[in-house]
Amino acid sequence: MFSFLIKRLLQSFMVLLSVAFIAFALFKFVGDPINNMVGQDTTLVEREALAERLGLNDPFPIQFFNFIKGAAVGDFGLSYRHKVPVSQLIAERAPATLELSIISALLSVFIGIPMGVYTAIRRKGFLSRSFMTVSLVGISLPTFLIGILFIFLFGVILRWLPTFGRGEVVQIGFWSTGLLTWSGIKSLILPAVTLALFQMTLIMRLVRTEMLEVLTTDYIKFARARGLKENAVNFGHALKNTLIPVITIIGLQLGLVMAFAIITETVFQWPGMGMLFIQAIEEVDVPVMAAYLMMISVVFVAINLAVDILYAFVDPRLTIDGGSKHG
Amino acid sequence: MVDSEMKSNSKWVQFLKGDLWYDFTRSPVAIVSFLTMAVCLFLAAAAQWVAPFDIFDLATLELMDADLPPPWADEYGEDKFFLGTDDQGRDIWSGILYGAQISVFVGLASVIISAVVGVSLGLLAGYAGGRIDSFIMRVADIQLSFPAILIALLIDGVMRGLLPRELHDELAIYVLIFAISISGWVQYARTIRGSVMVEKHKEYVQAGLVIGLPSRIIAVKHILPNVLNPLFVIGTIHLATAIITEATLSFLGVGMSPTTPSLGTLIRIGNEYLLSGEWWITLFPGLALVVLVLSVNIFGDWLRDALNPKLR
Repeated sequence: MFSFLIKRLLQSFMVLLSVAFIAFALFKFVGDPINNMVGQDTTLVEREALAERLGLNDPFPIQFFNFIKGAAVGDFGLSYRHKVPVSQLIAERAPATLELSIISALLSVFIGIPMGVYTAIRRKGFLSRSFMTVSLVGISLPTFLIGILFIFLFGVILRWLPTFGRGEVVQIGFWSTGLLTWSGIKSLILPAVTLALFQMTLIMRLVRTEMLEVLTTDYIKFARARGLKENAVNFGHALKNTLIPVITIIGLQLGLVMAFAIITETVFQWPGMGMLFIQAIEEVDVPVMAAYLMMISVVFVAINLAVDILYAFVDPRLTIDGGSKHG
Repeated sequence: MVDSEMKSNSKWVQFLKGDLWYDFTRSPVAIVSFLTMAVCLFLAAAAQWVAPFDIFDLATLELMDADLPPPWADEYGEDKFFLGTDDQGRDIWSGILYGAQISVFVGLASVIISAVVGVSLGLLAGYAGGRIDSFIMRVADIQLSFPAILIALLIDGVMRGLLPRELHDELAIYVLIFAISISGWVQYARTIRGSVMVEKHKEYVQAGLVIGLPSRIIAVKHILPNVLNPLFVIGTIHLATAIITEATLSFLGVGMSPTTPSLGTLIRIGNEYLLSGEWWITLFPGLALVVLVLSVNIFGDWLRDALNPKLR
């Protein structure tokens, strides 16, 4: 167990280090940081002094080390375009993305699981069949198209909901929230549903498959034989055992939500981190790109590490053959 | 010559008598999805000849024709533009055909490169084993823990960063193909590796080793042909994913440029006009994308089930 933990931690560290190297390479090879910081009339001597002060003349390993030191405390320098520290930009945008992601994750869990349970219990019902068909379409359609269809339907034809921006936000300390105003909540509905749809269909199908499997096991039959009520069997016995793999998957899906948030934010002009990143790519704003790259890797590595360790605790067999859950 | 013709002929006959063809002729879903897919691919491939207008020929564009709705939906439409025109007076239907061509090309190229990279690495990992195996599979594990679309987006972003800005539009298609194919090789590698590890303990491999064949020859000439079967299914399903990834990147504005639009770019362009009520500019390319991707996806699903011996 202990050696597995060490191995896994080391591996995560190596991943982060290689991502950091890529981010650092971006700084080295894309654009000239000096040119991005000073005006045209700066003399060569001044430029040289600035390069010296920024440590751009240091040997390569030292520069990389300094970069990591900065990255570890969230310091990626100034954005080339906005001329403010990247950490500040990200801190401004983070609440929008987090609110959107968390709300849609909640939506997908609290709608997806009941739908999955229902389709498993009433397999042949009309409603189950329509859920399954709709979910197939939901999986096949690209997220941005679903978003556009929603905008067209609810924004253009019906004119019920706003289709871009966050509406009015309230500032609470460093956090700007849209959840406290009516227009903020209305603006959140379409993007949150769009983002939730894919996860929802996935969770629903997963719960259904797991549940169907559990329902055929002996202890369920035995519970029925004991004369337990149908609801007690389905929810007290079957669902409980279904949820273990489901929770793991939901954990892993959190990363996917972040990835799809980039798309949803672009469709709905949602001022979050994803849109910041897309704009940074378009404008080759290297510090922002590097920061986002690092941030998203940290999130993913942390989620995977947590899930793997959780797995190892739940299923000790996994640690014997070198700790790979894929074997 | 005659011999090889005979051989291919008998293979064809074998196929027609086989289970797969039998299943195919009795599954309406398979027939419909296959035909839809074939028509889509044909129209995309033949865009130059099928499209009524050449959208790249600036001389044919007239501003008078801009933003025309489809003639059957609105009296302002003109009959020669039966799906309407976009903001520059380009025919939407022709745009879709040319756009689909680029989408399908990027998709197919990415699938082929992914498959070649994945199969080579899978073969190497499975046959060599040991350190090489664990290194390749570790990289695969790591990559698999990130969603493919995010990987493609990051590679695309990094590549665009590394290239000089003037070259972005020219090289966009290659950057896209590179990003999408790198994001997709893992599936192939894992499948091939698994099969290779089974095959390499079989007798014909032992026999090859005994008569002193170099392992390179055994791996490529003897094992490889025996493990390629699942490739078709993975490839078909991957094609749908690759097309969606391309469309998404182009929609996000980091893929094909508006001068050489793919379906995703067309949807992006149209999206800006959606709120002012010009729905045809974005909805028709979107519909085309859905039809293309759904038909490929459904056919791929059917193929997977049909070739799965467990479901027989």
